[in-house]
Amino acid sequence: MANPFMKWPLLRQIFQGGDARGFDAMSEATRNLRPKNDGAEVSRSVCPYCAVGCGQLVFHQDGKLISIEGDPESPISRGHLCPKGAASYELLTHPQRAKQVLYRAPRAKSWTQMDLDTAMDMVAERVWESRERTFVEEQDGQPVMHTKAIAHLGGATLDNEENYLIKKLFAAGLGMVCISNQARI
Amino acid sequence: MPGLGTSFGRGGATTAQQDLANADAILIMGSSMAENHPVGFQWVMEARKRGATIIHVDPRFSRTSAMADIWVPLRAGSDIVLLGALIRYVLENQKDFREYVLHYTDAPVLLRDDFRDTEDLGGVFSGWDEQEKAYDPTTWAYRGAPVVQKGVGNSRAGGHAKDRGGEQSRENVYERDLTLQNPRCVYQVLRRHFSRYTPELVEEACGISKDVFYKIAEAFCSASGPEKTAAICYAVGWTQHSKGVQIIRAAAILQLLLGNVGRPGGGILALRGHASIQGSTDIPTLYDILPGYLPMPFFGSDGQSLEKYIEAHKTESGWWNNFDKYAVSLLKAYYGDAATPQNDFGFDWLPRVTGDHSHIGYWLDMADGKMEGLFVMGQNPAVGAPNSGLERRALAKLKWLVVRDMVETETASFWYDSPEVHGGEMRPETIDTEVFFFPGAGHAEKDGCFTNTQRLNQFHEKAVDPPGDARSETWFMYHLGRRLKERAARDARPRNAGLNALNWDYPAEGAIREPVVEEVLKEINGYTVADRKQVAGYRDLKADGSTACGCWIYSGIFPNTNENRARKREAKDALGHGWGWAWPSDRRILYNRASARPDGSPWSERKKLVWWDQEKQQWTGYDVPDFTITKAPDYEPPEGAKGDDALAGDKPFIMHPDGFGWIWVASGLKDGPLPTHYEPLEAPITNILYPEHPSDPAASKLEREGNEYARTADPDFPYVVTTYRLTEHHTAGGMSRYLSHLAELQPEFFCEMSPELAEEIGVEQGSWVTVSTARASIEARAQISTRMKPLRINGKTLHQVGLPYHWGYKGLVKGDSANDLVALSEEPNVRIMESKTLLCNVRPSRSSNGSRRITESSGEAQRSI
Amino acid sequence: MKVTAFLTDSTLCIGCKACEVACKEWNEVPADGFAWQGLSYDNTVALGHATWRHVQFVEGNPQPGHGGNSPDLLSWAFLSDVCKHCENAGCLEACPTGSIVRTEFGGVYIQPDVCNGCGYCVVSCPFGVIERSPDDGRAFKCTFCYDRQKAGLHPACATACPTESIKFGEIGELREEAEARVSELKAKGFDDVHVYDPRDSSVGGVHALFITRGDPKTYNLPPRPEVPTVRLGVGWKSAGVAAGLMLAGTLLAFLGGGHKAGGHADGQY
Repeated sequence: MANPFMKWPLLRQIFQGGDARGFDAMSEATRNLRPKNDGAEVSRSVCPYCAVGCGQLVFHQDGKLISIEGDPESPISRGHLCPKGAASYELLTHPQRAKQVLYRAPRAKSWTQMDLDTAMDMVAERVWESRERTFVEEQDGQPVMHTKAIAHLGGATLDNEENYLIKKLFAAGLGMVCISNQARI
Repeated sequence: MPGLGTSFGRGGATTAQQDLANADAILIMGSSMAENHPVGFQWVMEARKRGATIIHVDPRFSRTSAMADIWVPLRAGSDIVLLGALIRYVLENQKDFREYVLHYTDAPVLLRDDFRDTEDLGGVFSGWDEQEKAYDPTTWAYRGAPVVQKGVGNSRAGGHAKDRGGEQSRENVYERDLTLQNPRCVYQVLRRHFSRYTPELVEEACGISKDVFYKIAEAFCSASGPEKTAAICYAVGWTQHSKGVQIIRAAAILQLLLGNVGRPGGGILALRGHASIQGSTDIPTLYDILPGYLPMPFFGSDGQSLEKYIEAHKTESGWWNNFDKYAVSLLKAYYGDAATPQNDFGFDWLPRVTGDHSHIGYWLDMADGKMEGLFVMGQNPAVGAPNSGLERRALAKLKWLVVRDMVETETASFWYDSPEVHGGEMRPETIDTEVFFFPGAGHAEKDGCFTNTQRLNQFHEKAVDPPGDARSETWFMYHLGRRLKERAARDARPRNAGLNALNWDYPAEGAIREPVVEEVLKEINGYTVADRKQVAGYRDLKADGSTACGCWIYSGIFPNTNENRARKREAKDALGHGWGWAWPSDRRILYNRASARPDGSPWSERKKLVWWDQEKQQWTGYDVPDFTITKAPDYEPPEGAKGDDALAGDKPFIMHPDGFGWIWVASGLKDGPLPTHYEPLEAPITNILYPEHPSDPAASKLEREGNEYARTADPDFPYVVTTYRLTEHHTAGGMSRYLSHLAELQPEFFCEMSPELAEEIGVEQGSWVTVSTARASIEARAQISTRMKPLRINGKTLHQVGLPYHWGYKGLVKGDSANDLVALSEEPNVRIMESKTLLCNVRPSRSSNGSRRITESSGEAQRSI
Repeated sequence: MKVTAFLTDSTLCIGCKACEVACKEWNEVPADGFAWQGLSYDNTVALGHATWRHVQFVEGNPQPGHGGNSPDLLSWAFLSDVCKHCENAGCLEACPTGSIVRTEFGGVYIQPDVCNGCGYCVVSCPFGVIERSPDDGRAFKCTFCYDRQKAGLHPACATACPTESIKFGEIGELREEAEARVSELKAKGFDDVHVYDPRDSSVGGVHALFITRGDPKTYNLPPRPEVPTVRLGVGWKSAGVAAGLMLAGTLLAFLGGGHKAGGHADGQY
């Protein structure tokens, strides 16, 4: 469009006629409006909050999340979400989301940042040492093969595969018996 | 979930949420489903649209009550009185579904002559040992049943594996009286046991008028029989009690009597509260079980050897006849090639249980300085666990703590930001705990499976990478395991045998070397060792070491190299076949053989689900039959038959050795074969039925400093407080109080109370009140509403108040933690705390920042040192 | 293009606020403050620049033995309020920049790139829906998810609502559905149910229908909402009359008093 004056809705309406309240009053942006997840990739997911297991569609592009909403094909949720499920995008992107490993030395008054590998090495070291000090191999000729001094708490929000590896390493591998999570009945 | 597990055979909800639409009546009790499972609740609305009566029993009128037809306020903790009265109503008025009861339950089975009921012994069953504080269940066995052993392991420990009960049952045919008249048959013993649970008792003990009682009894019990079904939904309003398992047992008995189990629109829907909490019991991070509800070996009993272990748990009839196949396959999954027949497949490398290693058990050890290290992953005990003040103080006794979460939780920051630190009780300079906080990945940042409340596995796909150094738990465990295995490789002592043998070869991808999650799921499914091919299901598992399987009840989830059934998204029908995969074997409604008559035809056209196709000689219908598909309805097991072959063609409860639904649970529960009303551990009245046994005798109060209890009808704590969730928040707030869009919906912690109570204590809407128990004092806003009603209990007015438990000291909106008020107590079977009914006081005042505890005598708040 | 509408049915609403959150997440609307209001479970209080769906909570006096689904008692009711997208919209009439437009779906949409924050719309809404953001300056309200509708999607709130209390569809169909629902409820003994669709007021009907129990005024739904421009006719007439009278008066002054004016010419004041 050659004439920049025609961008002015008033002039456009005068010269082109039509309803000043509808299409003719719309800006370029309005006329070209599309939903922000238009053409985005979709991953099929499941809400991480309660145990209803609502289906979620996670829209993303170029490694960034765009939006999350219900999966209309789920026979359980039929596309709906409660306020928490509907807030899943914020759950993943809010500014207080932790991104760095934090370390607190004994008796320290504040955190320091630490790199991931170092932290992993240190944790492995702690596990090994505590286990060394407290492992009981056998009693009265029968296997005990455990340590009661290292414990684990957690699981109801974790994936099945994660819980599987936790029990496998901690119990079957390390002999930790103090393993628990939120579940009871 | 032993309540459902012992009654029916499996510890899981018996039905799917969508199936609620088929109910003619729905009882929601111990749950506020519309608030805490809103999207699931659409199915209750669907039932309502089709004419079902919705009954909601809850101390407060909640958003669920607003959608119900009948709301029944009751005194928190009196659930068994009401359920027992409903059972009595069914029995006295002959409302039971007689044909179902005769054929499908153990109601006609005869019991031993030396069994004594609580009615005979003033509140305990025969076999109670006052010293041990435990039962010997010998006298509870069916007449003629051989008693195998007293029970596995330390009587103070275990419980989840007892899910199944049945260890006592070696035979599967017992003496029965099909007229149900013999005074020693289960039916008559049940009748006698509940004979005093009258509508009058309901009025006295629950605060429910007789009119209202009859209203709900008629509405629910009339939705029974061949043409009608009724469903029960419950959540932690039932489980978080000192007798929680027995409350669920009472519901199970009711549903068996009414013939609702295994039928469309019937059953019991256990509404669980976390995305994969069902998964975290199936593939457990719990101390007393292994995947698939196999028990952990106990030192001194079944832990002595693999042989003893199998002997203790393998049954002659029913599916647990295959116990050895599941156990050996699990060991092969854990220990791979190192597990051989010669070393009992590595059975001796598994740790043995020697006591109560549950959360509460070890946390008390932690408080006593006996623990060194702790991993906390996706849980927030500093505000989310009972007696959270004690929990926080115990953390300071650790040598090291690892916390993994998406935000810096209260648990991670206890050492500088807790009420104990702000109040001066603890100081960072004297807290030795070394703390590592690792950022965790969110659900859209990793592949993995959740198992929802109806046993449905759904795989969620990774969409984007986690930010910064945030990683999944899979990544963390894999790389931690790798490091520890590297050390163990240089150290061949016996203690490291398990670690060295551990099969930890998972392929890892990408720059951050993230393990391929589907490979783990394939292991969970199981494979034949020789060729690493997936097995089709648990029927393919062997006891000779040729198969490996991480969790036998999940076997079938990944039956071929490229078929991840949890990832499927093509629902073919209302029950959702083709969308995800439910255990076991994608059966959506458990025990569905019971939806057909003994002869295999449906009870009615209206309620048909699964039936026998005479022409095709197999079971067919709208669900995967929870039954051997070719076993005819008139099949009679031949002499010497084993396993499933030992069960006749009319026995729907196939996990039980006798195939019956168990109204009577002869073994498997620590506090009785039948539910009995006991008062909560802190009660406003004495036990009307059994004054000598105020609370569940087998439950543990764990009294100690910092975990004190109020006395019965304690004048310092005259009100009952109950806890619950709100729709707008989630658990202790780690996933909601940091989100602006949720935080603004419910920004402050409040205490709901009636206008009558508000007037009594002199409080206005919105003013601050201090709520205190024998353990702590916290402050909240007064939320005054007619939705809270004073009740008339045993001749006096009783006030109840309510606290949503979502607040803590971090996040966009903060508040005191309701869990500070809760005691550490243990229900005898699963060790769950009693958070749903406590005694409290409420006063118009503010508390200061520190955590304060009430001394027993004066009732005055004192700072703890 | 079919004209669409909302039908929000209070009798199906569980007060969960999924609509509020889904709207904010989709439209990237910020939180509106963290002050506890103590108004039942409502901390959102009202529609405004940063709240485009607002769930109202109306407490009654529940009685044991009666659930909320009892015809004889109103215990606790919930309703998700929203911009009415009026047939004759006061805000649209008042907007001087042409920012507020009628979309092809019949909704009323504020173009954020045109709005200059003059605020004329704010006083023109009979429901008090529209509001200027104090930080941003522009006016904001429910967009009827115009972007989603253009792609054939449903608005975010309707998509989320767990019990389909918020229905979305063609306006004619929803009007029929509303009538049918009210008949159904009346047959069950609910004689206090109403459809809110004020077609005989100057607003001319709304694109957000409501079904409520009890007096609709309780839910901020006035029985006769008026578009301020309905008084335009009267206003112009009055202005016209005033102008006419002024003109007449001036003319009279000139015509009638001319000689008198001249009489003062020799300086007497």
